[in-house]
Amino acid sequence: MNETAAIETVAGATGVAPWFWPGMLLLALVAGYSVYRMAAVNGSRWVGMATAALFGVWVVVFWEILVRALDVPRVLLPAPSLVIGSLFDHAPKLWGDFVQTVLKAVLIGWALGCGLGFAVAVAIDRMPFLQRGLLPVASLTSAIPLVGVAPIAVMWFGFEWPSKAAVVVLMTFFPMLVSTLAGLQAAGKLERELMYSYAASYPRTLLALRLPAALPFIFGALKVNATLALIGAIVAEFFGSPTSGLGFRISTEAARMNMPLVWGAIVVAAVTGSVAYALLVALERRAAFWHPSVREG
Amino acid sequence: MNTASENPVSVAASDVAAVEVRNASVMYQTADTPVHALSNVDLHIGEGEFVSLIGPSGCGKTTLLRVIADLEHISAGEVLVNGVSPHDARMARAYGYVFQAPALFPWRNVLANVTLPLQIQGKGRADAKRIAMAHLEQVGLKGFEGKYPWQLSGGMQQRVSIARALSFEPKILMMDEPFGALDEITRDRLNEQLQQLWQRERRTVVFVTHSIAEAVYLSTKIVVMSPRPGRIVKVIDSTLPDERHLGLRDTPEFVALAHEVREALADGHH
Amino acid sequence: MATTRTLWQRAVHDWLPVVVVLMAVVIAWYVAAWALNAPGAIERVLDEEAGYTQRELFDATMSMERPLMPAPHQVALDFYESLTEWPVDSPRNLIYHVIVTGQSTLLGFVLGTALGLLLSVLIVHSRTLDKALLPWIVASQTVPVLAIAPIVLVVLGSLGFSGTAPKAFIAMYLCFFPVTVAMVQGLRSPQKIETEMMHTYAASRWQSLWLLRLPAALPFLFPALRVGVAAGLVGAMVAELPTGAQAGLGARLLTGSYYGQTTQIWSALVMSALLGLALTGIVAGVERLVLRSRGAK
Repeated sequence: MNETAAIETVAGATGVAPWFWPGMLLLALVAGYSVYRMAAVNGSRWVGMATAALFGVWVVVFWEILVRALDVPRVLLPAPSLVIGSLFDHAPKLWGDFVQTVLKAVLIGWALGCGLGFAVAVAIDRMPFLQRGLLPVASLTSAIPLVGVAPIAVMWFGFEWPSKAAVVVLMTFFPMLVSTLAGLQAAGKLERELMYSYAASYPRTLLALRLPAALPFIFGALKVNATLALIGAIVAEFFGSPTSGLGFRISTEAARMNMPLVWGAIVVAAVTGSVAYALLVALERRAAFWHPSVREG
Repeated sequence: MNTASENPVSVAASDVAAVEVRNASVMYQTADTPVHALSNVDLHIGEGEFVSLIGPSGCGKTTLLRVIADLEHISAGEVLVNGVSPHDARMARAYGYVFQAPALFPWRNVLANVTLPLQIQGKGRADAKRIAMAHLEQVGLKGFEGKYPWQLSGGMQQRVSIARALSFEPKILMMDEPFGALDEITRDRLNEQLQQLWQRERRTVVFVTHSIAEAVYLSTKIVVMSPRPGRIVKVIDSTLPDERHLGLRDTPEFVALAHEVREALADGHH
Repeated sequence: MATTRTLWQRAVHDWLPVVVVLMAVVIAWYVAAWALNAPGAIERVLDEEAGYTQRELFDATMSMERPLMPAPHQVALDFYESLTEWPVDSPRNLIYHVIVTGQSTLLGFVLGTALGLLLSVLIVHSRTLDKALLPWIVASQTVPVLAIAPIVLVVLGSLGFSGTAPKAFIAMYLCFFPVTVAMVQGLRSPQKIETEMMHTYAASRWQSLWLLRLPAALPFLFPALRVGVAAGLVGAMVAELPTGAQAGLGARLLTGSYYGQTTQIWSALVMSALLGLALTGIVAGVERLVLRSRGAK
């Protein structure tokens, strides 16, 4: 694809019928008005989401029309139909990427990182000295671009998914540690004195009171970590991945200007992120049903 | 693990000391001066008595209650609960505590909240359920076992809290201004229910309150305290009959008793 | 029953655990370096037949040319040399890379924050935007937006943009999302009685915004700014990868991994951590100033 040709095509917007732009303007007015009317409708949560859905549909429609009519080169922006098409065409490849990145690196790294963060937090629950030492350090790591350890992980664990999982473990460990520690302090003073008055042992108090009270915090971290894990694995693959993986697919196909496939991989990643988050929210609704934030949400 | 040997004395009348406080003091070190939350307090509470601790803020009534309940430690003096130290009494699960707020666990329904102490003490599930249901019925909450705390009103939550405190049949019931957060109408009703409960079971109750009417209505003995330093000003034995109903509050005896309490409170202020 | 402490006691109480934890990290680092480098040292440096003492082995692992894990002093030395032995505009000097990456990050951060502020005000005042657009912005937080970076770079590159601009663009949209979501939450945070009070003053929407909503939104804004600047830094570093890795901390990480220069990788990582801490520190400092001038606790 010639670079200058691409620029010219976008700049020129030549080759459309005279009624095109007035027609687009009309369509834009219709779209805007329909969204405006939809937003004015009061209803249940599902009705509310319809406005956003309608908006999304209009965006896709305009995207498709404009890209086709203006003959925007695929290099810049492929039409949605092309993206969907490439999803089906390259399904096996994308499935392999999904398995490599999500099912292996992300899932295992996330589970391990969250598990370790939780375990360490419980372990140092009765060691205020270590808490005072680890908490500031752990909070600070959120300012550090931890994905940068990807090259080092590759050196130690090889090119395959374990090195990406290692990066994910590092990224998810600290938020989980901080949140669990905060959650363990969440049980109220009266409730703790109640357990004390029952002469309940430390493990019993932990299981019956402090861990349930910590659940909202733990779920908060699990949700945040899901996104971090996905980003971490994909970006870690930007630093080097042999033959498959969503990050690998995105970076190499982008270099080859194979945009529909890149967008296809991005769609897979986006859907994965949303579905994972939705699953965790559903889980939270079952486990922390009693918390005001979940009851109102 | 309730060991009967924890309470060596026989079940006699109110001479048996459920709680014995001798020359107890509680002192905190603050930045400028030491605070005497309690200063040389002597108190004898017999078994089956309903004792109210009343006084203005800072008089040490809550501190005294918490010392007896082993939630705080004395700096000097001696406290005996059922003849042993508060710590040993707590280990023997000798008392139930009702806080100012219900302190129910929101992830447990009403039944699960009431069975909590039974669970901790190792009771079997079927037994615990049976006992809990009986106590819920006693506080008038039969049919609410499946509800969650946030689905109940403040008064109902506090009743659950009381049922929970009684579920393991403690020797002593400690209550720290349990009805303070409720409106007056609910408060009256709960006072009546508590009174009837005590009528039936004659458990020893130590009750902290701000309200003179509440103290006079509920107690067999009223302990008036005053602040700076926290101490007992007067111990008033109630002349009211054991069986009480809310209408009692308008009788001359009640008013006289309330007057006596009020005077003692005013005295303590100097 | 609180005891008061002198300033010195409080400092020790708060900082001693952190110091201890950090020292433990350094010690663990040395142990790990010794353990990980040992096989390589035995193979490449020491003379197997002549035999070697444990001390010689230790010394060898601490001073390898291409260690599997550089020792702390090796990293520190490389770091120091990079800063002092080369002029600031040389690619051998880490400061050069800091400037490159930091530039893009800050530019993107400022633009993203401005855009986020503007959009959040619009969303709060327009029901249509609120129901149509906000759900998408919130949902995008569960999606790995960083995965779009290669596409953005390719598209902008073919349109003629290179250097700081595309990197700043990526940093911008990474900052934009958290800022928008947090500001919307913050602008809506005043309680009903406060907004009704403004209503009784016949305050215009603009006055209500300036006098009530914006100040109320500040406590929500700053945590999001901290998240945004950290995300922007990661974005800027990731953006440096596909373009042949010329300049910037991300590029330095990549070249280090290509040429097996492990110490270079570690130095770049330490520098990017310092940059991240500095950027979030500046935001936290601004936060403290602003909140103090409002008389906050």
